[in-house]
Amino acid sequence: MNLRRDVFQAIADPTRRAILLLAASQAMTAGAIASNFDTARPTVSKHLHILTECKLLVQEQNGREIYYHLNPKKMKELADFIEPFRKLWDDRFNKLEAIMKKYSR
Amino acid sequence: MERQTKVNAEDGKQELVITREFDLPLELLFKAYSDPGIVEQWMGTKVLKLENKRHGSYQFETTDPKGIKYGFNGTIHEFSPDRKIIRTFEMENTPFGVQLEFLEFEKLTDNTSKLSMHIVFRSVALRDQLLQLPFAKGINMAHNRLQDIVSKLK
Repeated sequence: MNLRRDVFQAIADPTRRAILLLAASQAMTAGAIASNFDTARPTVSKHLHILTECKLLVQEQNGREIYYHLNPKKMKELADFIEPFRKLWDDRFNKLEAIMKKYSR
Repeated sequence: MERQTKVNAEDGKQELVITREFDLPLELLFKAYSDPGIVEQWMGTKVLKLENKRHGSYQFETTDPKGIKYGFNGTIHEFSPDRKIIRTFEMENTPFGVQLEFLEFEKLTDNTSKLSMHIVFRSVALRDQLLQLPFAKGINMAHNRLQDIVSKLK
């Protein structure tokens, strides 16, 4: 239960969501991920640590480099990637419904 | 709260289905898709062209708060009032390419109706990218909001 809360805490942060999005496109080293942000490298490391701890990111040793990639299983559990898309359509349809109700009277 | 709008995107498939039940009679639901003035209201877009017929086409244009214009267009393959619309959809100047949409309108009761949108993409990757678009946009918006707040503090 505690772990589950951690996952949602992990994605509540916009920088960590951005990291997940980056890792979704391809496996990346910590340096490559950090180069996408203005924040200090240790800050990015801290974010990577949190994301790895709650298993949203998986570390993979490749020679001397450690690559981070997305754990699709965990992301699916979370299903949060789709949620903003669903929300977008939900908002649109709510608007449609509200507008059309005026026509029904 | 109940989730009225459902999105079903199965893993590894190049399609997705969006369904929604409306507290509206079928005719009004369909009208929201066929009347250009109403489409403009709920989609928040300008309707440049909307030809509701087989082999007809449509063109929308959306302007963001910065004044940048985005174009959308497509061709209508089937237009059956209160029943079905089959059309293509394309966001201009984006790498997403064209998608095929099957819109089915269904009467549930006299005052309720259901819409099902079945969207087919060229590839699984393109579908997944599109699904992630609002997610990415949300990140940008969060950053912009943060910038706004920070600039006000200066």
